[in-house]
Amino acid sequence: MLEGLFDPRRWEITMAEMGSLWEGFGFTLQVVVAGLLLSLVLGTILGVFSTTRSRVLGIISRIYVEFFQNTPLPVQVFFYYMAGPRVLQMITGAESPVRISAFAIGALGVGLYHAAYVSEVIRTGIESVPRGQMEAALSQGFTRVQSYAYIILPQTFKVILPPLCNQALNLVKNTSVLALIAGGDLMYNADNFVSTYGYLQGYIMACVLYFIICFPLAMLVQWLERRSKRRPRAKNIPGITPEPAKEA
Amino acid sequence: MADMIEIRGLNKYFGDLHVLKNINLTVKAGEKVVVIGPSGSGKSTLIRCVDWLEEPTTGEIIIDGQLVTKKNHLEMARKYSSMVFQQFNLYPNMTVLGNLTLAPIKLQKKSKEEANAAAMAALKRVGLAQKAGEYPQNLSGGQQQRVAIARAMCTKQPIILFDEPTSALDPEMIQEVLDVMIELAQENITMICVTHEMNFAKQVADRVLFMDDGQILEEGTPEHFFTNPQNPRCKDFLNKILH
Repeated sequence: MLEGLFDPRRWEITMAEMGSLWEGFGFTLQVVVAGLLLSLVLGTILGVFSTTRSRVLGIISRIYVEFFQNTPLPVQVFFYYMAGPRVLQMITGAESPVRISAFAIGALGVGLYHAAYVSEVIRTGIESVPRGQMEAALSQGFTRVQSYAYIILPQTFKVILPPLCNQALNLVKNTSVLALIAGGDLMYNADNFVSTYGYLQGYIMACVLYFIICFPLAMLVQWLERRSKRRPRAKNIPGITPEPAKEA
Repeated sequence: MADMIEIRGLNKYFGDLHVLKNINLTVKAGEKVVVIGPSGSGKSTLIRCVDWLEEPTTGEIIIDGQLVTKKNHLEMARKYSSMVFQQFNLYPNMTVLGNLTLAPIKLQKKSKEEANAAAMAALKRVGLAQKAGEYPQNLSGGQQQRVAIARAMCTKQPIILFDEPTSALDPEMIQEVLDVMIELAQENITMICVTHEMNFAKQVADRVLFMDDGQILEEGTPEHFFTNPQNPRCKDFLNKILH
């Protein structure tokens, strides 16, 4: 069954016909960038919502997060695909359902989905900063907004960067859900490739291309995790700190 | 001397819990007041109300003749008071120098040079000038608290509130922090200090208050306080803590 795996002619053809895979790769990257942007912006807003003292904002954030975390992404994407055009028709008052591009559905699908996870990352990041930090800031006379900007949020970066990159990595892989709705992404093009040239080479190459995006992200996660555990080293401030050699 | 802090009819509830019961207290400018009492007596809540970290349920806080309100409390904090916390609460993502200069630069609009110079002067006074570039987590507890005191000095407010500044420290580090506070007490700063350090109280306080159950039960000069307390609960507390 697997003899085709080592067939040099098959690999030759594969290499020659990679065009459609690269096309899908490019499309997937675009969906990733747009989806990531959406999930970061929306997720940060929702995450901050959940830590403010406002009950209403907290509840809004909670409902959003629970809904998107507890329903499968493919179902959500199918829903946008089927219902989206009719909803748009209703809103715009067009005569027929409004066509939505695969790109928009993809970016919206993974963006909205991962916003829920990003929101949780931001929330736990903010909650990891001890209460005393806000109190120290307020006692110095900083307003709440200033305290968040100068003191609280900068402290969360170290904690939230690794899980955020992890979300980015998952988001990349989850764009493959677009193949379900004829999305033109890497997975979809790999499926087409497979039906013409055989599954072995097609899926292997698709894996390789996903790997090219994801592996550096995974490395980044590990590096950020290591970095977040390091103790900060004393900083040299010219004209103020003693010469490093004289350090007592 | 003029009155710096006036507390009138202050009550504070946490839910159903009545933490402060009709507190009246006047502190003169430059006066050093030490507040003692068992834990849960409301002494921390009292000074946190002065800094509006806890909003009074009823009553008035008047600082330098101005009523502190929900609206102006940040401005009042900026202008008049800074706080030294039990857990230091230094900003861990900034160097020692950054901790000292953040508020002067961002809130008091000082130039970086001016703020740095003031910060270095304050660090020299607490004996930590060589640690300016260090991050808080690389310092001992005693050093962190001295930095926190230097941070309070940097903003040059007339009031410094100390909330059990030595309670989180290892025993061998307590004295270095007390020494800094004693030295600081030479200045014309109004200090209210919640502490269990009786020697500090004897040495520095103009007045000692004993609080229990949300009330001020005894107050007086250290001599009066430690030799001839009147309130039985205060006597009892002093007996436990001094022997």
